[in-house]
Amino acid sequence: MLGEFLQYLFSGLTSGAIYALVGLGFALIYNASHVINFAQGEFVMLGGMGTVFIAAAGVPLPLAGLLAVLLATVVGFALEKLAVEQTRNASVVTLIIITIGASIFVRGGAQVAFDKQFHTLPSFSGDTPINILGATITPQSLWVLGITVVIVLLLQYFFTRTLLGKAILATSHNPMAARLVGINVNAILLMSFGLSAALGAVAGILITPITSTNYEVGIMLGLKGFCAAILGGLGSGFGAIAGGVILGVAEALGAGYISSEYKDVIAFVIILAALFFMPSGLFGKRGTDRV
Amino acid sequence: MLLDVKGLKSGYGRIEALHGIDLSVNKGELVALVGANGAGKTTFLRALSGVQGVTAGTIRYAGEDITRASPQKRVTLGISQVPEGRQVFGPLTVEDNLRLGAFKRRGEDPAADLERMYGLFPILKKKRLDAAGTLSGGQQQMLAMGRALMAHPDLLLLDEPSMGLSPLLVGEIFNIVQMLKEQGVTILLVEQNAYAALAIADRGYVLETGTITLTGAGTDLLANDQVRAAYLGM
Repeated sequence: MLGEFLQYLFSGLTSGAIYALVGLGFALIYNASHVINFAQGEFVMLGGMGTVFIAAAGVPLPLAGLLAVLLATVVGFALEKLAVEQTRNASVVTLIIITIGASIFVRGGAQVAFDKQFHTLPSFSGDTPINILGATITPQSLWVLGITVVIVLLLQYFFTRTLLGKAILATSHNPMAARLVGINVNAILLMSFGLSAALGAVAGILITPITSTNYEVGIMLGLKGFCAAILGGLGSGFGAIAGGVILGVAEALGAGYISSEYKDVIAFVIILAALFFMPSGLFGKRGTDRV
Repeated sequence: MLLDVKGLKSGYGRIEALHGIDLSVNKGELVALVGANGAGKTTFLRALSGVQGVTAGTIRYAGEDITRASPQKRVTLGISQVPEGRQVFGPLTVEDNLRLGAFKRRGEDPAADLERMYGLFPILKKKRLDAAGTLSGGQQQMLAMGRALMAHPDLLLLDEPSMGLSPLLVGEIFNIVQMLKEQGVTILLVEQNAYAALAIADRGYVLETGTITLTGAGTDLLANDQVRAAYLGM
């Protein structure tokens, strides 16, 4: 009984950590620009697929991973520079539609530049499962959880302890005042897109040894990360993490105790419930309009 | 001449809000720009800070043409603005707001500047770890001024510092403005409260629907019949 429950819990925490990383990417870009970046899932795909193909070209795996993160970051920069910045005066809805277009473009590009097959990566440190109270956890799951925790702590430090992190928060709250104190708002936006892309790519690399990857994985992982961000409250970093973990665990428990056919259904039932009954999420700001 | 503006035009879409403004500020001066609501005062200050587009004319600062310079470049050159309605960063602490004022000088230790601001505005020291959004209107005004001063400006642009404050607080804010002037900060003060502004200004400009209609020494403008009738209700 306990073993079974723990088994589902471990699997849920692992995918929850991935959703949290993707959700954090949504939160970062939303905070800086109020844009919901539906190309977020493509950064996840670029991380995994990029690593697979760079490694296949003979580059050692850790370096290939790093290069893939850089590749995704550059694509993130390009998205901000070429699509978002050029249309600065467009409404937020227009910008969101642009990100949907960009995601289709990136997916198409990946299909051509890479291929349509499924690929996987070797686990970072073997596949010998570890027994805990009758359940097992793979070393790769520990990598996922460990790296997620490290990233969250680094982001926490960045936003609460450095002036640059606070400048991002200030820009999010009041772009006009931020410009008046000399903050380069365009540079902040660029940085947020780059950072989100890097986060997504890391998530994509971490999950590939567990679930494998192909050019289309970004669609579902992006949507799950979006669910995490909405459930936690858009724009709240802590909310995205909590939302991701809740979503991952709920999915795993549902798949285990009800039916694995319903795994994805559970995520979307949760997001619909959140949107109907709690539109500002668990930790989001209450939506107040300034008059 | 520290600031020299010639023929400045600006607007929103096809509506022109400023129809060719000529205005100058000498080093060490306190210049008041007064006018009714909607005259274009805020648009003018935003154009000076580079956050509002300019369609014609030039802005020269310390001899350099900055008409097309970025806002952050202007802060580096020494122009700081205290915007209308304070615009403090509400969720951040008072101290973080001040630190962000020195954003262009990051790398330098802000401790001495922070102490100077806390000396100037003791209430901010008491509230230094509170979220800026929880401060009262007067305290937010002080914070906005402190934030602008953290950049070490040579030219301070003040947009309606008295707006929404009690008469007592208005007096306090204007005392601080005068003190800053005595410390050598050049100030361009934009106010609807024409009497208070002209009373402490060396020179003044009257702005009416996008055009400068009168200019002269502060005390002369205070005595001017047109100004008295239009802005002072006398």
